[in-house]
Amino acid sequence: MHRIGVFVCHCGTNIAATVDVKAVAEAALNETGVVFSADYQYMCSEAGQTLVQDTIKEHKLTGVVVCSCSPRMHEATFRKAAAKAGLNSYMVEIANIREQCSWIHKDMMSGTEKAVILMRAAVAKVKLNAPLTPGQTPVTKRALVIGGGIAGIQTALDIAEAGFDVDIVEKQPTIGGKMTQIDKTFPTLDCASCILTPKMVDCAQNEKIHIYSYSEVESVTGFVGNFTVKIKRKARYIDEKKCTGCGECIEKCPMKKVPNEFNLGLDNRKAIYIPFAQAVPKVATIDSNYCIKLKTGKCGLCSTVCGAGAIDYTQQDTIIEEKYGAIVAATGYNPINIEKFDEFAYSQSPDVITSLELERLMNAAGPSNGTLVRPSYLSNQHDPEAHPHTIVFVQCVGSRSTECRKGSKEYCSKICCMYTAKHAMLIREKYPDTDVYVFYIDVRTPGKLFDEFYRRAVEQYGVHYIKGMVGKVAPKADGKLNVQASDLISNEQLHIDADLVVLATAIEPDKSARSIGTMLTASMDTNDFFTEAHPKLRPVESPTAGVFLSGVAQGPKDIPETVTQASAAAAKVIGILVKDQLTGNPCVAHSDELMCNGCSACEKVCPYGAITYSDKEFRQPDRTVAIRRVASVNPAVCQGCGACTVACPSGAMDLKGFSNQQIMAEVDAICR
Amino acid sequence: MDKREEILLISGVDPKKCMRCGKCSATCPSYDEMEYHPHQFVYMVETGNIEPLLESKSLYKCLSCFACIERCPRDVEPAKLVEAVRLCAIRQKGANHIKAEDVPELVDEDTPQQLLMSVFRKYSK
Ligand SMILES: Cc1cc2nc3c(=O)[nH]c(=O)nc-3n(C[C@H](O)[C@H](O)[C@H](O)COP(=O)(O)OP(=O)(O)OC[C@H]3O[C@@H](n4cnc5c(N)ncnc54)[C@H](O)[C@@H]3O)c2cc1C
Ligand code: SF4
Ligand code: SF4
Ligand code: SF4
Ligand code: SF4
Repeated sequence: MHRIGVFVCHCGTNIAATVDVKAVAEAALNETGVVFSADYQYMCSEAGQTLVQDTIKEHKLTGVVVCSCSPRMHEATFRKAAAKAGLNSYMVEIANIREQCSWIHKDMMSGTEKAVILMRAAVAKVKLNAPLTPGQTPVTKRALVIGGGIAGIQTALDIAEAGFDVDIVEKQPTIGGKMTQIDKTFPTLDCASCILTPKMVDCAQNEKIHIYSYSEVESVTGFVGNFTVKIKRKARYIDEKKCTGCGECIEKCPMKKVPNEFNLGLDNRKAIYIPFAQAVPKVATIDSNYCIKLKTGKCGLCSTVCGAGAIDYTQQDTIIEEKYGAIVAATGYNPINIEKFDEFAYSQSPDVITSLELERLMNAAGPSNGTLVRPSYLSNQHDPEAHPHTIVFVQCVGSRSTECRKGSKEYCSKICCMYTAKHAMLIREKYPDTDVYVFYIDVRTPGKLFDEFYRRAVEQYGVHYIKGMVGKVAPKADGKLNVQASDLISNEQLHIDADLVVLATAIEPDKSARSIGTMLTASMDTNDFFTEAHPKLRPVESPTAGVFLSGVAQGPKDIPETVTQASAAAAKVIGILVKDQLTGNPCVAHSDELMCNGCSACEKVCPYGAITYSDKEFRQPDRTVAIRRVASVNPAVCQGCGACTVACPSGAMDLKGFSNQQIMAEVDAICR
Repeated sequence: MDKREEILLISGVDPKKCMRCGKCSATCPSYDEMEYHPHQFVYMVETGNIEPLLESKSLYKCLSCFACIERCPRDVEPAKLVEAVRLCAIRQKGANHIKAEDVPELVDEDTPQQLLMSVFRKYSK
């Protein structure tokens, strides 16, 4: 005999304003098997939960239906409450009468009608529920961080601090990310490498942290607590254990004409290189695209000078396999390609640069040793003309723009207002003879001490902030740049002869993020930023269990926010790694071997690789034995997505807690 | 139909999409000859302040170069609004901006036929 209790929540006025909750509770009593019904202001409150628990005991309920918000919000709450009162958690069903009903209907009549129908469906389903017990799986106590920028570094340091092993996979020869290219950092103007280098060194020295530099993730299988990851270690033609980072080889390498990506192509490096002095690991890498030995077989100079015997031209890519309990995506960002925005003449003049290029031009380790020069004079830095006098900054280049401009981004890149104020201020501080203009649409500086910082640029450093956009930059014969812009306050069109134009270029997620997302089955938004499990309440978790998000990979942010999020992600990872066992989800698929015909349809659709086949013996009606190939599901791997149950042509696959029979009962109840 | 609606209908432009960046006006080669600049057309049409535009010489200074359309980051297409206001002006009774008798004076031997056609199309009923 079923003894079902139905509880209808008002959710304040969220539900009660468009659903007659009392009518729903009354209608429940007409359903066979329902022995109790009630409505209550806030079912999720302590009093609401106590009501459920007391009723379970008093009325000896066999099943509970809560008509409330989405099960994503409070299914877990009510399951826990039921368990405390001695009812199996999986005997609880939620009828979503908020997101799927009250919030989308305007009038009471149709809202109430639909709520009653949803309640009926849930009652029909709960009568077919069976008690389920979740299984336990062991946890691999090691974490993987993909991307070694400041986000990945901070996450790794915090996980290691808690005593767990953590590996960083970084595709570049060194960790550090974009922060290594930045000169000084807002809002305090401390030097980026002074605050970053100690953290990079900590990573290298921490015995809990292992850095796989110049490496990429090849594949990911498994599930929370038990991921198996293949990592490709790209051949750098150097034995990392032997190389001392002395740089002898770099001195001698005759191949000098390789664009130096660390300085964004503003100068050249050798074919064998260490990206910068503070690189971690401080190990050389041979660029196989340029090395004369690897391309033609001649040269080999570096190996003759290397005292450590670290150079190995025969090195190949290798694949290693590791197991992890949790994975953090920290793949960061890049400035977008602005060659298509030809009104700014970026590809026509070397003196039109991105803000990141400006960071290199202002950095003591950059191509001009920190002296600001017009890039067209980089090879002739002592020419008096090399020094720029008039500098124009353009904000929002490629940001806040609809699809009408290909390659542009609809979002605000968030960091550029602040770094532009920083650049303008630093230039005026060091070169008071310069005229600095900033063209802006809005100045967006929310953040602690941020607006004060921007106002300082205007009030103390005399930077000319002009409300309006630059429409056109035209290189002139004398090498100057004619900047045509509008000043919306004075309602004028301005023409400025500039020596240097700096574009606050939009940022976008690293191009590899999408393929990493696919490997992790982690969802992404249309801009290829990783999506959080809940934008407000679960901001560092991906909807995929065991996958966490850190840094700009999740959305534009500056260093303070990146570090905050990195530590939050670490806390979540630690929360998994401290457990010896993880409680699984018992709502998994299982196959009826008598019906399965071994067609493999389910295996092909399973995103988690949970289905395997084996040959089994079956007794036939005529008492002979036949061997048939049948599917079976690994309940520890299955995530209960249900794809296989739909794909199975024989109806052999079914999902516990969501059986075909239960779904049909719901449909019948709705159509009744 | 009021003027604002008529202009929106003719142009197909939604001025609410404008974020007031001023890039259209930064780009416009006719800027200095215009009393009202492209971003002002967008704003004034949005707020229904149409009369000054209908009266303004600016209507006949736009070169239809479409630079503003090309560069606008929000896909507003200001030049289409300028064109629509112009159409609105010349559709008003007796508002011909150019009369047939004025033409011979303006023409020299380099003037292409096409230009004459488009002058009549654009500036007279
Ligand atoms: C011009 C400019 C100036 C700035 N100035 C400031 C400032 O003054 N103050 C401030 O707070 N912020 C500043 N920022 C913002 C700052 O750069 C970022 O907040 C910060 O770098 C974000 O760190 P991250 O680790 O998320 O990303 P990143 O620094 O981009 O690091 C990501 C790392 O992941 C690696 N990676 C990517 N994909 C993969 C993959 N598939 N496999 C393995 N590794 C991968 C990358 O190689 C990189 O090392 C500035 C930004 C710019 C553009
Ligand atoms: S072998 Fe390659 S990396 Fe070594 S010195 Fe020659 S060109 Fe440079
Ligand atoms: S942060 Fe400032 S410059 Fe960057 S896109 Fe947003 S508003 Fe524009
Ligand atoms: S189309 Fe007209 S308003 Fe637009 S930029 Fe050209 S001249 Fe200016
Ligand atoms: S360019 Fe576009 S968004 Fe900017 S002011 Fe002009 S119409 Fe508005």
